[in-house]
Amino acid sequence: MATQHSRSAARLMMAPAVILLLGWMLVPLTMTLWFSFRRYLPLRGGDLGWAGFDNFTRFVTSSAFWPSVQTTLVIVGGVLVITIVLGVLLALLLDQPMWGQGIVRILVIAPFFVMPTVSALVWKNMFMDPTNGLLAHLWRFFGADPIAWLSEVPTTSIVMIVSWQWLPFATLILLTAVQSLDREQLEAAEMDGASPLSRFTYIILPHLGRAITIVLLIQTIFLLSIFAEIFVTTGGAFGTRTLTYLIFQRVLESQNVGLGSAGGVYAIILANIVAIFLMRIVGKNLDR
Amino acid sequence: MGQITLEQVTKSFGDVQVIPPLDLTIEDGEFCVFVGPSGCGKSTLLRLIAGLEDISSGAIRIDGTDASSTPPARRGLAMVFQSYALYPHMSVRRNIAFPMKMAGVPKAEQDKRIEAAAKALNLTDYLDRRPGQLSGGQRQRVAIGRAIVREPAAFLFDEPLSNLDAALRVGMRMEIGELHAKLKTTMIYVTHDQVEAMTMADKIVVLRAGNIEQVGSPLELYRSPRNLFVAGFIGSPKMNLLEGEVAAAQNAHTIGIRPEHIDVVDSGPWSGTVGVAEHLGSDTFLHVHDTGLAETVTVRATGEVGLRHGDRVSLAPREDLIHRFDAQGLRID
Repeated sequence: MATQHSRSAARLMMAPAVILLLGWMLVPLTMTLWFSFRRYLPLRGGDLGWAGFDNFTRFVTSSAFWPSVQTTLVIVGGVLVITIVLGVLLALLLDQPMWGQGIVRILVIAPFFVMPTVSALVWKNMFMDPTNGLLAHLWRFFGADPIAWLSEVPTTSIVMIVSWQWLPFATLILLTAVQSLDREQLEAAEMDGASPLSRFTYIILPHLGRAITIVLLIQTIFLLSIFAEIFVTTGGAFGTRTLTYLIFQRVLESQNVGLGSAGGVYAIILANIVAIFLMRIVGKNLDR
Repeated sequence: MGQITLEQVTKSFGDVQVIPPLDLTIEDGEFCVFVGPSGCGKSTLLRLIAGLEDISSGAIRIDGTDASSTPPARRGLAMVFQSYALYPHMSVRRNIAFPMKMAGVPKAEQDKRIEAAAKALNLTDYLDRRPGQLSGGQRQRVAIGRAIVREPAAFLFDEPLSNLDAALRVGMRMEIGELHAKLKTTMIYVTHDQVEAMTMADKIVVLRAGNIEQVGSPLELYRSPRNLFVAGFIGSPKMNLLEGEVAAAQNAHTIGIRPEHIDVVDSGPWSGTVGVAEHLGSDTFLHVHDTGLAETVTVRATGEVGLRHGDRVSLAPREDLIHRFDAQGLRID
């Protein structure tokens, strides 16, 4: 069979999968767009007709909007900084030859396999509980007053929980990058008189640049949509309402599908802006 | 200045001793080549001198002062690695500048030395490129440039030409030789290729399993190999080593005769059938079978010799150039 024929045959064979995936994406997207222009209150009369751009203006002008954007950025940014800094350090540490290396590496990856809901519950009840939590015991051991983590420093607490979940991912990717570094380069730098610190800044860190951008990109996309951790711990109270959580509240708690969908459209736009921005950085970094 | 002395140096990895006690002096300005088959410990020895590995016992002296526990950077040695170990994210200029930057050399001085090194190594047009955009030979020169600008007491080369193709290798061999003639700095060069050793060295150190088999100038090793190992290792094609009656007749256990010291004659003491004849133009290497001496006897004949596969040939060794060895493989003089 000629190449031309096999190519069109291939297209035909792939078509069902492509159509399914496209439908999977397009149907919810179209529905969200459709509902965002409707006045749709399921418990208060159902679909009440066209709303024009009312939902969009109401969503942005609501007093909860800007704080939620800010919270989203703080949580995403905080988690990114913590996971990348600690991830680099942990990767360097795990790269050192040591006894029980295999087991330690598996243990480090373990948090990633715990479901978000479960890990949030574990943190909430076992660590951050102001009376019985491990951290409370630790504080009392040193004679300090225990902190009521989730009400006093709720955003920090959520950043901690989410960082704990995502640190293994960052560590794993950065560890493989560290391992791919040519040992002779480090030896050459040592011969050239570079101290351990300059070897880190001039040789290791630039080598990790590409892995760091990948971690940055993948984590940002997933972190923009964190939900379970907030739902289980603070329920959106104490200023921990992210954009995702605000949309959830508009749709399910206020029973306003139209308003929530408008929020969803904003979220799509925001995610795309971030994605385009990141793609350009990554593209620049991957070109080398 | 760059005299390097090893005194009773040993190296063990766990229970395995890779370098048994070893003494060696490399004089200032000498081009010294460590040569031996792979796994003979020559690279380890170089890394011990560089300080990238710690010696297990003994002492390394550089210009008379004990440097055994001096960190690599302060031994004043520069190394060129097999993989070149260039920093891929830095331009050629920054690669060459790196050791000076670490040493805190002023910017103007840095630029001066980079210009000089680039000029000497034909790198002037490539200073702003990344290593990834250079050919193998150019990368090699950048690695050498990075070593030169430090103005080291000695250069260490770890099989620097093994990643280059044959033509480039010959070219770089000459360039390194020229460089040594110009700088007159001590150079220690590790290779498994005896041709590189013979063509470049002032002094060759032949190593086997961490032991020094022989130290000497290329011609000394060629003329009077101390034992069978050196005899077989130095020279290309390999020396013919013959045992049995022919050796006993010379009061030896083994005799050695180089291919270039056997002549094709009309009627000689030895005869056989030509197997493979390698016509190189300048020379012809004949692999002669059925001589009754050894499985194959290699003979270097002139390029114009008209012998082919299956021809009968008569051979005459030059009696005065036969090497004799005893049962322990040591040379009998």
